[in-house]
Amino acid sequence: MTPKFNIGDRVRVRVGAPPGHFRTPAYIQGKTGAVEAVHGAFPNPESLACGGDGLPAQALYLVRFGQTHVWEGYCASPKDQLLIDLYEHWLEPV
Amino acid sequence: MPRVHDRGGRPDAGPIDRTERELSPWEKRVDALRGALGSRGLVRADELRRAIEALDPETYEKLSYYERWIAAIEALMIEKGLLTREEIDRKVREDDT
Repeated sequence: MTPKFNIGDRVRVRVGAPPGHFRTPAYIQGKTGAVEAVHGAFPNPESLACGGDGLPAQALYLVRFGQTHVWEGYCASPKDQLLIDLYEHWLEPV
Repeated sequence: MPRVHDRGGRPDAGPIDRTERELSPWEKRVDALRGALGSRGLVRADELRRAIEALDPETYEKLSYYERWIAAIEALMIEKGLLTREEIDRKVREDDT
């Protein structure tokens, strides 16, 4: 599959709590970041977790967020960044 | 409210205990068991995570790391029909005696 996003694209993390297993922690949901790297496509862990085949594979991205944006009242360096792997179906374009 | 395993940013979580300790033999066996089940295609890492995250919150908080693993492995063995609760309980009793 062709990744929907490219390096540098701004993305917003979807908000949700589907049943079963998902890899998008609550603290990052709803936040806006930028694609830092495209890791490639991997079987969807949400499907694998419930006995599925993980298909269609999902593009996985390394996404960068400003820590001051992620954490309310963040009081260390405003330059601090948070990098986290997120699957494509959790991201929407900004 | 995030589920019990989703700890990031939880203000009441307290400092992380970074103390290193030697794993007990049973903990190493749980790890090896997961490896054996994985290599035979019986339990995937994501299934284990799903089963750990499905523990009720009170149990989740009470159990240690590998206790969560073995509780989840038990649940998956029963869910998949590979073992019954009775078989597991009987074997545990045999090993205790």
